[in-house]
Amino acid sequence: MTLRDKIKSALALLFGRSRADRIVPPTGLMATLTGLTSGAMAFLAVFALALSLATGQLADRWAGALAQTATVRISAPAEQMQTQTQKVLDVLATTPGVQSARALGQDEVKALLEPWVGPDLPLDALPLPQLVEIVETADGIKAEGLQLRLKAEAPGAILDDHTRWRRPLIAAAERIRLLGLLSLLLIGGATAAMITLATQAALAANGQVIRTLRLIGARDAYIARAFVRRFTQRTLIGASAGTAVGVIAVVLLPAPTDEGGFLSGLGFAGLQWLWPLAIPVMAALVALVSTRMAAFRTLRSVR
Amino acid sequence: MIEFHGVSLGYSGKELLSGVSLKLMPGSFHFLTGPSGAGKTSLIKLCYGELAASDGRIELFGKDIGAMARDDIALLRRRIGVVHQDCQFLDHLTLEENLALPLHVAGLDVDAQALSEILGWVGLAAQAQSLPPSLSGGERQRAALARAVIAAPDIILADEPTGNIDWEMSLRLLRLLTELNRIGKTVLVATHDLNLIRAAKAHVAARVLRIQARNVQLAGADL
Repeated sequence: MTLRDKIKSALALLFGRSRADRIVPPTGLMATLTGLTSGAMAFLAVFALALSLATGQLADRWAGALAQTATVRISAPAEQMQTQTQKVLDVLATTPGVQSARALGQDEVKALLEPWVGPDLPLDALPLPQLVEIVETADGIKAEGLQLRLKAEAPGAILDDHTRWRRPLIAAAERIRLLGLLSLLLIGGATAAMITLATQAALAANGQVIRTLRLIGARDAYIARAFVRRFTQRTLIGASAGTAVGVIAVVLLPAPTDEGGFLSGLGFAGLQWLWPLAIPVMAALVALVSTRMAAFRTLRSVR
Repeated sequence: MIEFHGVSLGYSGKELLSGVSLKLMPGSFHFLTGPSGAGKTSLIKLCYGELAASDGRIELFGKDIGAMARDDIALLRRRIGVVHQDCQFLDHLTLEENLALPLHVAGLDVDAQALSEILGWVGLAAQAQSLPPSLSGGERQRAALARAVIAAPDIILADEPTGNIDWEMSLRLLRLLTELNRIGKTVLVATHDLNLIRAAKAHVAARVLRIQARNVQLAGADL
């Protein structure tokens, strides 16, 4: 059977009319619970997916934004500050990997400090360090060599290439992304377990139906098909509804802002909005496989 | 058509049938009799593979049923009509739908005309849309017979088909079975009712198999 035939067969199983439909008595509560649980799982899966994608983006953003920049901090007596700043700029001008370097003005330094100390503090009275912002080329700077040269030319200069800040942030974001993916796997596993249990319960409750069908010459595939179809359909419907509600909830989350930080950035961007569409499809696939396995396992016990 | 070669059947640690050998020819009519618990139902179940022999070989249509895959057994069962004592139906389907099941299962088209004819043959035309639980014992037995023959099987196996019905209804069912035999079907009826066997002998050349001492013997004129 080619892949095309397999897809056709799976679609016919889900949406086509089947004679075997009516052979399984209404499974009422079991089928309803399958739909509801699939819906809840899909809802959670949307958030796990959003979390995973958002943290992935965050890690990339942090890595990208901080990787190509560095800062030199100069702490020196006021009368030497101008000289040391100029020496630092001279060193940087001849350093490979430096695209541009500029000394921040007092106003810019104040603006950086304002969120922490407030607007009313008399910053003029404080001995603020001079900051020099470096934008690196794609190749980047060699931090250790530059630090040694700076020390020799300007003793009060300290190079900060942001590695110290960047590493734990990226590591944290990567771990959260991993947790999101792990959550998706757990949700998939729990869905499979739940559907397997529901199918087994339905098969056990319909032992008489199965024996009668075997008696009149029904093959295992014919009997299994009716159960697979019913539970896969319920899962697909439930998961579609759960995904829709989950996506609406994500849409209604506050828009990402600088103040809101990471949490307000939870959601999808651009083509990422297509990812949730995969959730009902995956749920239906999980249901199809787990129901089929459970059905054939149970049928083997009936001669 | 059905051949047993030294077939034994163990059940709960004891041997129910031991070294049974028999041969049912195409178009024959056999009764299977013996006391309750002798193994009549088990022997019927062995015939269509619901039970597996613990020893020996059973051939159905010339094939060893013990060596067959599950799907092949299912295909073979489509050539056998079984009437159970407890008449197993799908209770959520109407009588008409239950009768059509063997056709659906075999992937055959359901001929509405043929369906209503067979319902009329067993006298259940008026109950076509009834659910099985609403039928009487006799009606269920006749419905089971109708379902057993709907797909034109070669063999009819009936296990105590008159167990729960009155004498008049028993004779009616017997007539249906003898009619089937006349058109060439092989019939095996398990019963403990000797009067039924005597009544049948007036209409059909039936042979009687008796289960005795865990084996099957051909009974003679003592009936």
